[in-house]
Amino acid sequence: MSVKLIEVRDLSVNYQGFKAISQVSFDVEEGDYIGIVGPNGSGKTTLIKAILGLVPFEGSIKFDGLSLREFTLKHHIGYLPQRLSFIDSKFPALAKEIIVSGVYCCKIFPKRISRQDYKLAEEIIDILGIKSISDTPIGILSGGQQQRVLLARALVHRPEILILDEPTVALDPKIREVFYSTINKINKERSVTVILVSHDIASIGNYASKLLYLDRKLIFYGTFEEFCKSTEMGDYFGYSQHFICHRHQ
Amino acid sequence: MIEIFQQILEGLSYVFIQRAIVAGCFIALGCASLGVFLVLRRFSLIGDGLAHVSFATVAIALLLNAHPMIISLILVGLVSLLILKLNEKAKVYGDTAIGLISSVGIAIGVIITSSFGGFNIDLFSYLFGNILLLSRLEVILTIFISLLVILIVVLFYHDLFAITFDEDYARVSGIKVGMVNKILILLTSLIVVLGIKIVGTMLVSSMIILPAISALQIMPSFRGTILIAGFLGVISVVIGILLSYILNLPSGATIVLINFFIFIILFLFGKLNIIKSKSL
Repeated sequence: MSVKLIEVRDLSVNYQGFKAISQVSFDVEEGDYIGIVGPNGSGKTTLIKAILGLVPFEGSIKFDGLSLREFTLKHHIGYLPQRLSFIDSKFPALAKEIIVSGVYCCKIFPKRISRQDYKLAEEIIDILGIKSISDTPIGILSGGQQQRVLLARALVHRPEILILDEPTVALDPKIREVFYSTINKINKERSVTVILVSHDIASIGNYASKLLYLDRKLIFYGTFEEFCKSTEMGDYFGYSQHFICHRHQ
Repeated sequence: MIEIFQQILEGLSYVFIQRAIVAGCFIALGCASLGVFLVLRRFSLIGDGLAHVSFATVAIALLLNAHPMIISLILVGLVSLLILKLNEKAKVYGDTAIGLISSVGIAIGVIITSSFGGFNIDLFSYLFGNILLLSRLEVILTIFISLLVILIVVLFYHDLFAITFDEDYARVSGIKVGMVNKILILLTSLIVVLGIKIVGTMLVSSMIILPAISALQIMPSFRGTILIAGFLGVISVVIGILLSYILNLPSGATIVLINFFIFIILFLFGKLNIIKSKSL
């Protein structure tokens, strides 16, 4: 039986009077791989930030039946933010230091990093194939390499839920497919629930168990097959629906 | 050469030089422990802003006939929290909040000095500092507070690192970002107040910024950068004090110029290093 992990009800986010998203409701079940898609400015990142408690919102978000305020075990969540344009080329930390910082969430004051933590980091570095860059300053890595380092940071503490915001923007098509299949493997083999924001419906459709189409409000929530068969989506997209689904096949 | 060596030894035999070196080294370590975080968070000018505020607080203390350092520790600490609040709540940009408070600080200082004369000479010594005139109590206070700052930075190192790199991720990780920001800014106000006696209100921010940006030219690792910044700060203080003694120059300004000289050398070194790194 599937277990409800996240419950979102009537979620609205306002930015100084501007409604970024309005009345969004959906459930995420354990082991789901949700692809959040939609046009630019549709509120995808805002939705993710609301789920993570990074922006104020109206409505309710529950993790394991607990409200965001009550849900204090943040170490259940791994988060890969949108392309980090803020990574300064002069930022002095090594990739390894950034990866290990993923375990801070599981530590109590005064935080100390143990050998076990470094072992976990080494393990994830091997899985993602980034050993050769782990001793390089993060600022001088390419966008794709930085993205993989940040994915390693999100995974190092073995989260139950992995939330990724446009993780493939900086990647070339070949690496993008490797990235998607790595996330897919993590979802299947480690039973990690994945919520991934993307603007590329066709690619994410190959992997996600459900698609959530957002355009400031919830337009569609279901499987990719349902998306392709939906006449409502056909009306919404016109010919584009066939194009997306054809690319998928 | 031997003559210079003899002058150094002679200088080191004086108690006021020994005090200056000890206090200066501790404050350099305190500044370095905060500097890297402040520079990377684009908050480095807070040292400058708080130093300008300390000009007013020193004037207030002299007016009230109280100890300038103690009065400044309290008032500058409160103002540092006000800057943070302006930034967070009033949606005033960080640099604007610093500029606002800084100019108000200078204005208050100028009004007090022009309205209630009689302590202009004392105030002048705080404007440009005089590390060679530190009292025993001031040395002890400097060592104690510098150690306190370093200890708190060590205890909160991982939180500060996480917030400096990615504030949103730090929040998601459950780090109390607001509290850690308050701690960082309060520690900065402590170090600024200590620094005004050494290099003066006009130059104290350079003790925070210069060793940090010099160390950033090398960037071995995050922890390594902080340690190098501390080392460079200490070297600048020792060379600066001894050079100012030998050449009869103002100590604070000499320390700052040594810091700048080190930055130029490492900047050139860093340029070469970056060319190497880009070929990765």
